[in-house]
Amino acid sequence: MLDRRLFLKSGALLGSAAALGTVAFAAYCEEADAEIPPVPPAAPPWMKTPGGSFTNYGRPSPYEKNVIRWIASNQSSPSNGVSWTPLQDLEGTITPSGLHFERHHNGVPAIVPERHHLLIHGLVARPLTFKLSDLLRYPEISWLCFVECGGNSNAGWNPRPLQARAGHLHGLASCSEWSGVPLAILLDEAGVDRTQAKWLYAEGADAGAVGASIPMAKAFDDAFVALYQNGERLRPENGYPMRLLIPGWEGVTHIKWLRRLKAVVEPMMSRNETSKYTELVPNGTARQFTFVMDAKSVITAPSPGKKMKEPGLYEITGLAWTGRGRIIRVEISADGGASWAEAELQEPVLPYCFTRFRIPWQWTGAPAVLQSRATDETGYMQPTRDALVAARGTHSYFHYNAIVSWRVSAQGRVSHVYG
Amino acid sequence: MSMVESKGWVVVFVLLAVGISLARGANRSAETTSPRGPDLGHRVSDKTAAAWDISIPPDGHNLPPGSGTVADGEKLYRERCIDCHGKEGQGLSAEELVGGVGGLAGDYPEKTVGSYWPYATTLFDYIRRAMPQEAPLSLSPDEVYALCAYLLFLNGVIAEADEINTATLPAVQMPNRDGFVPINKMAR
Repeated sequence: MLDRRLFLKSGALLGSAAALGTVAFAAYCEEADAEIPPVPPAAPPWMKTPGGSFTNYGRPSPYEKNVIRWIASNQSSPSNGVSWTPLQDLEGTITPSGLHFERHHNGVPAIVPERHHLLIHGLVARPLTFKLSDLLRYPEISWLCFVECGGNSNAGWNPRPLQARAGHLHGLASCSEWSGVPLAILLDEAGVDRTQAKWLYAEGADAGAVGASIPMAKAFDDAFVALYQNGERLRPENGYPMRLLIPGWEGVTHIKWLRRLKAVVEPMMSRNETSKYTELVPNGTARQFTFVMDAKSVITAPSPGKKMKEPGLYEITGLAWTGRGRIIRVEISADGGASWAEAELQEPVLPYCFTRFRIPWQWTGAPAVLQSRATDETGYMQPTRDALVAARGTHSYFHYNAIVSWRVSAQGRVSHVYG
Repeated sequence: MSMVESKGWVVVFVLLAVGISLARGANRSAETTSPRGPDLGHRVSDKTAAAWDISIPPDGHNLPPGSGTVADGEKLYRERCIDCHGKEGQGLSAEELVGGVGGLAGDYPEKTVGSYWPYATTLFDYIRRAMPQEAPLSLSPDEVYALCAYLLFLNGVIAEADEINTATLPAVQMPNRDGFVPINKMAR
């Protein structure tokens, strides 16, 4: 049954798929989709000849060749840039390792694991180095964690909405199962002087030695040195052979190719915690050490490039996440924020992890503006763009997390608008 | 796996590890903290650790001996930096390094070394580790000091005759020194 209270001008948002019983949703189609022959052959050719051989390492189907990271780098220095996770093409909550977003300041180092060492020094009782082979003998933990670049979604600061796919706007965020060694164990072995050392400076072994200062309290709380991603060793572009994972905090603190940790009294004030990853606000000061990624959500279907062919019952789905623990609620509007309905959260809902939300939507064919709004366990609710801009101006560059609006036209085409 | 389960795992492990460290505690009695892992780290000397350490905090601790002049920096800038950062730090394929002082609250703020960077030590730290992009860690301390001097001069922070060295760099007062507000409570 339709919930009459949720009947909206442009269509109906329904409480949950479960409440409807078994339903068939209409399919989103790519704007460039070719027509598929309506009647499939009873015995397709691949049933009449032996299939392909075994492979040592599986690859996606060649027909999925368009599900790739979108690369945007400096033309004069292609090693400095980003690649975006195609959020609009993925389901569930885990990002395939080969599609995890990248932000490299000077390329992916070709590290020989036997020649890589992690040094812990500074205000410690005994400076220590660890090799990968050492860390592999430590007890490990596994966490499903998102990693999000502090600059993700920053197209939102533009005065006009940029037209791009959901992943090209919000895909500097990915979610993996990371496994590794709790940092507290290693710091304790080195004998960090916690009365003095309030900060930990972390540095990578890339060509640029990207570094960041992390409060020691966080380092001891839940940070870990990740060795595995989604069950296999880290990919080179994700920090092989070891990287930091700082659950819920901005990506720049999750130092890849981790080579050095220095216990210090004050933050290092390195380039990436002063001139970058700080947010200028209208009075001319800048927010610094922002660290926590505020709650965010984005509808991945429908979304720009994924249109609706005809009126019918669709599933609206997307992702929500927060650096403050768990998502407790995601609400969806089909009328630009005038009314909201609560989406179903796909279990399990985990802290610091992508949460998949879903809600059925009866699209009548009338234009609509779709929005999602996430609330986390602290009660923090994702702000409107107007509220975020009122608080921060438009020159913050980092930490943009306003509600995202997709406009659906009468033809079913989806575009990015400011709701 | 939930956070609670993860931490539970750690707690179990710590209980085991305490047993291990107690069992071998005889030669550790003088130390202030007790290892709680399997203790597989390799002890290195302070000298070895110092050789790895390329980070420069605002107080200038860890700056290597050396010095550089604005003139030397200008010459080096023309050879190694100008192709990406443009003439006199005006920016090209890489970002602008000069200008914008006093304009951070305006409609078109420019975040440059002069207008935005709170500490001059960051220049030394960053240039040495990351620049030039095709050959990081290749410049000598004198060359890095000279580039710091040139960029600080272009931004009107020091005079043309000023020398930048181990003592003078951390003493430089940047225009936006007090422009940052720490947000995270752990950072305060």
